[in-house]
Amino acid sequence: MNITLPELALVILVGASGSGKSTFAAANFLPSESVSSDFCRKLISDDENNQSVSSEAFDLLHTIISKRLTLGKLTVVDATNVQPEARKPLLELARKYHCIPCAIVFDYPEKICRERNNNRSDRNFGNHVITRQTRQMKQALRSLKKEGFRHVFVLKDPSEAENVEITRQPLWNNRKSEHGPFDVIGDIHGCYDELLQLFDKLGYQVLQGENGRTIYHPDNRKPVFLGDYCDRGPKIAETLRLIMEISKGGNVFCVPGNHDKKLIKALSGRNVTLNHGLQNSMDQLSQETEEFRQEVSVFLDSLVSHYVLDEGRLVVAHAGMKEEMQGRGSGKVRDFALYGETTGETDEYGLPVRYNWAADYRGSATVVYGHTPVPEPAWLNKTICVDTGCVFGGNLTALRWPEKEIVSVPALKMYYEPAKPLIPIDSPENKPVRYDGLPEINDVMGNLSIETKLHHRVNIREENGRAALEAMSRYAADPRWLIYLPPTMSPAETAAEPGYLEFPHEALAYYAKNNVEKVVCEQKHMGSRAVVIVCRNRGAAERRFGIDSSEPGIIYTRTGRRFFEDVELETLILNRINNSLEKSGIWDEFETDWLCLDCELMPWSLKARELLRQQYAAVGASSSAASRCAVESLEKASERGLDVSTLLEKYSFRLNASELFRKAYGNYCWKVDSIEDVKIAPFHILAGEKSVYTHKDHVWHMEKISAFCSQDPSLLLATPYRIVDLSSEESISHCIEWWKTLTENGGEGMVVKPFDFTAHNGKSIIQPAVKCRGREYLRLIYGPEYTLPDNLERLRARGLSVKRRLALQEFALGIESLQRFVNGEPLYRYHQCAFAVLALESEPVDPRL
Amino acid sequence: MFISITSSKPPAANLGYILHKNPDAVQEFAVSWGKVHVFYPESSEERCTAVILADVDPVALVRGRTGSMESGPLEHYINDRPYVASSFMSVAIARIFSSALRGVCNKNPELPGQPLPLEVKIAVVYARGGEQVIRKLFEPLGYKVDVVRHTLDEKFPEWGESSYYTLDLQCEKTVSELLTHLYVLLPVLDDEKHYWVGDDEVSKLMHRGEGWLSSHPEKKLIVERYLKHRHYLAREAFARLGDDESKENENQEGYKSPEDAIESRIPLKDLRYAGITEVLKAAGCRKIIETGCGEGRMLMVLAKDPFFTEIAGSDVSAKILEKAADKLDPERFSKARNGRVKLFQASLSYRDDRFRGYDALILPEVIEHLDPYAFSAFETNIFGYIKPAVVVVSTPNIEYNSLFESIPAGSLRHKDHRFEWTRAQFREWAEKTAAAYGYTVEFSGIGEEDPDLGAPTQMCVFYEVKK
Repeated sequence: MNITLPELALVILVGASGSGKSTFAAANFLPSESVSSDFCRKLISDDENNQSVSSEAFDLLHTIISKRLTLGKLTVVDATNVQPEARKPLLELARKYHCIPCAIVFDYPEKICRERNNNRSDRNFGNHVITRQTRQMKQALRSLKKEGFRHVFVLKDPSEAENVEITRQPLWNNRKSEHGPFDVIGDIHGCYDELLQLFDKLGYQVLQGENGRTIYHPDNRKPVFLGDYCDRGPKIAETLRLIMEISKGGNVFCVPGNHDKKLIKALSGRNVTLNHGLQNSMDQLSQETEEFRQEVSVFLDSLVSHYVLDEGRLVVAHAGMKEEMQGRGSGKVRDFALYGETTGETDEYGLPVRYNWAADYRGSATVVYGHTPVPEPAWLNKTICVDTGCVFGGNLTALRWPEKEIVSVPALKMYYEPAKPLIPIDSPENKPVRYDGLPEINDVMGNLSIETKLHHRVNIREENGRAALEAMSRYAADPRWLIYLPPTMSPAETAAEPGYLEFPHEALAYYAKNNVEKVVCEQKHMGSRAVVIVCRNRGAAERRFGIDSSEPGIIYTRTGRRFFEDVELETLILNRINNSLEKSGIWDEFETDWLCLDCELMPWSLKARELLRQQYAAVGASSSAASRCAVESLEKASERGLDVSTLLEKYSFRLNASELFRKAYGNYCWKVDSIEDVKIAPFHILAGEKSVYTHKDHVWHMEKISAFCSQDPSLLLATPYRIVDLSSEESISHCIEWWKTLTENGGEGMVVKPFDFTAHNGKSIIQPAVKCRGREYLRLIYGPEYTLPDNLERLRARGLSVKRRLALQEFALGIESLQRFVNGEPLYRYHQCAFAVLALESEPVDPRL
Repeated sequence: MFISITSSKPPAANLGYILHKNPDAVQEFAVSWGKVHVFYPESSEERCTAVILADVDPVALVRGRTGSMESGPLEHYINDRPYVASSFMSVAIARIFSSALRGVCNKNPELPGQPLPLEVKIAVVYARGGEQVIRKLFEPLGYKVDVVRHTLDEKFPEWGESSYYTLDLQCEKTVSELLTHLYVLLPVLDDEKHYWVGDDEVSKLMHRGEGWLSSHPEKKLIVERYLKHRHYLAREAFARLGDDESKENENQEGYKSPEDAIESRIPLKDLRYAGITEVLKAAGCRKIIETGCGEGRMLMVLAKDPFFTEIAGSDVSAKILEKAADKLDPERFSKARNGRVKLFQASLSYRDDRFRGYDALILPEVIEHLDPYAFSAFETNIFGYIKPAVVVVSTPNIEYNSLFESIPAGSLRHKDHRFEWTRAQFREWAEKTAAAYGYTVEFSGIGEEDPDLGAPTQMCVFYEVKK
């Protein structure tokens, strides 16, 4: 016997105890596909025949089924299932998860079951149980279809069961193997002339076929029609004729719309109200032959409510499709595809208020739909509505897939007065549709786990998430701007060089050890990290970031906080950077109207003034005053002939150290009265419209940056750097000399980066950068007197592993975030990355690293 | 940290006997946080100076967490602790000069009891409260006080002066008295004791303060700071000093904003809770959510009133919710009334369905803490997405600030306030918002109304217009 099951089905086995259900399941399904009530009894109570835990066992059974169906896994229920009350919750589960309920009935003579049961040592049912179950099974045979099981298969004897062959049939809507390319066309409503124009614009040629016109595309593109072919418009019959003819050729996908469904009813003579333009359809079709009308009915009735295409990347339906319904088949799924969801309320025009399912959409497939006329297609969480109200005088629109380009033609006229005006594009009511609005709490809290392309999955601990929620909410800028938060950076291993805590050898050795041949050593500026997003014009901020103010961009800190409270100064700086990019031709060269730059902003005292006053200057002042007194009295004691030489030496050292300490921070401080006192050193061009620039090496970054910095050297600093060949002793020793000169003259130190932006050691990516800080600078980290030999020795023990793990994870998240943004993914997708970086930053780690 | 003590009464070297430290020796003592050195840069018939050099090991301080039970500035290497004469110095005095402190000298029992002309130099002290506090502490005890205040950094005059002083004292006292005063007052000046203050600290203070503390005009300051602002200890100390100060010393902790001052002068909080409760009852709202509930004081008021059947509080800070949970003890309420009170962490900048299902959403004194972005997010979120039937908002009335002396002109009531509004600004915002989202709005004031400036707190209630 051949049994054909839908690929996504809940299959219940129905039969008395001893009918061989488990054996049948084992022979025909994966062990994990079949869930048995006996197994659940055993899991709970160690005894698969323990009838006293039935209720708990079925709870567990239903839970397992729910989890499997959520994931879209075919599931077989191995229990007697002879009683309607046992089947009812299973049917509910099938309905809830939009899976097709099927039953396989073991309609065996009672005798067989009895014999089998009596031969089993582990079971001691009375025969009366088998009798009862067999009777119930017979009753079930009559009612299964009525209860809602779509397919019922009956096995008459064990030999039939042994010879069953099971075929799994993909659902009609599963066309994942179709890769297009497609042109997904919105609601036509009889706008035949516009359809022809659109075909023309899309590159289709209209040909004369056997029975009428059809189309051909030289690049083998396939049209996808989103339904609502009829009603309201001028040429309904022509439209239907063309689409039916095209579909005979096969290279097309058509889904039905709600208007089409109603038309079927009207054509079949059912009593329907001829409103919303149905009258036009009926009038126009009455001019056609009965045969044609019949053909239309059959065609529209044959349409599948939605399709999953292109390996699951694209879903098309008339009114949209929620994630949990995609690729599934049930009445509810069909209804959703046709009508979407409404809130149950009606608006002032008497029309149902639509529930905006797309705002909540978090699926990975792109959903293209129509149904609700919008003035202009706009992406929202990977969904887009391409019904631009052609029949109401709008446009007829297609989305090209996978290019995601919008192609549209304007209506030749307004054919039908809309019941309510189309929402103007800039009305506040339209905002949540055009942009992603606020991120959702569930996007960031709970178990945030982000798959990064660079470095595995990053899991965020809940307590870190809690800290990030507060930081993000209280201080961070608009999340639409936060397309990147910079990673932390690990220092080099502790230096072997006497008198130093950090020294170039170790930083270079890290990369040599990881098979990197060439590194780029960049001077490390000592200011505050700043991410700069600069827009070429106002339109760019609006178009690309959805920010409709007059902001020409933003400068924010490593925690996503606005760098400047003084908006004027920020604007001034952004305009200057914009001018430099303009003059150097970068905008045109990069084909972008926005750029995201990773920078250091100087002076340090601009952002850190209070820290400097309350901690650094305070320590400098107190240590200097206290040490001076100590030295003076020790000198006197020495004059008296007391042996205080060790102490005097120590306190003289301290006095000197406190002066060096003050000098060290003083290097990074100056007063800022105007923009002329601000310096910005960009060191990465992170991303623009066309790309995330991580495929370019650091020398490329340095050169491009230097090109636009030179346009405005009083504001923009190009970073001095060296390329070091790690196989050359000479190259290394030049680098060390350079570092020494740099740091002895008050520089913070250098950052060593692999020549390529991202580097692998074969197993995973390696640190994107390692810092090597100067001896004097480190006084600001480890205290004025850290260079005392005794102190230095103790400080050598530093654990880098946590810092390095965080550095890699945050780097991967930052790049992931940019990539998602550049790919045009929705706000919540890149916001999750920024949120995760902030969460990782709350992880306890030695702050001095 | 450095202290020198000079005696100028011949034979000055007697100082060595009193201190039990030989003027011709350089001595070193180990303490848990480092070393202490004692030596004499001068010792003659006329003048004898003893120097105490206490050497806190900054690396050990951070690495081994020596001496600190709490997190704070001690966690950093960039730290003034090695240089400031503070509680570390008190510990050194008690440890190294225990006999001198007690005024005991076995060899010359009469010496310690004699007052001497003494000069003391301390480099440096940190004076919370400035020179004024130094004088107030030492002058009543008969010291002549000279101070040199240190500039933060000469290179950056715009940063201003530091709170560090080099202190010169002159007095005619026994060494024991001097050491006792230093023992108590150095940590008081600094106000940052490095060790955990327990019950026995009160006894220590009583012991060291015997004979002078109860009559010191700044005893309140001394007791509070010495006991690290632990109120129950301070109360005990005042009681033992025979004072009724013990009753009036609530609420003295940490940062005090002008808002706190206003709040304490008139019980504005209570008026606000009452005002909001009244509005909620009048509107028949029984299920209430407060977003930005802080420590849960408003929730507490609601929870005590059986009219309200469901009470939820959310805040963006997980930490403060823990405090609220302690105060509210949701367990207690939930057992009795079946989960009537609940708390959860949430942000007004994120869409959150947990805000749904309540009759009213209240935001007392919340909006003024929101940045421009967070503010616009809150509007979209609450009025555009959650759409509660009733929304109650209260916020300070900035016009009223001028009636408070504690608020400097032009500043706000709390350092975390991002703005404060006049009545007109508040009204304009509320009316615009109501119109945009389909609400009506009513205004009222909370607290004593000034005829020109209005009430200290302004409130409005939004009612959703039913279709």
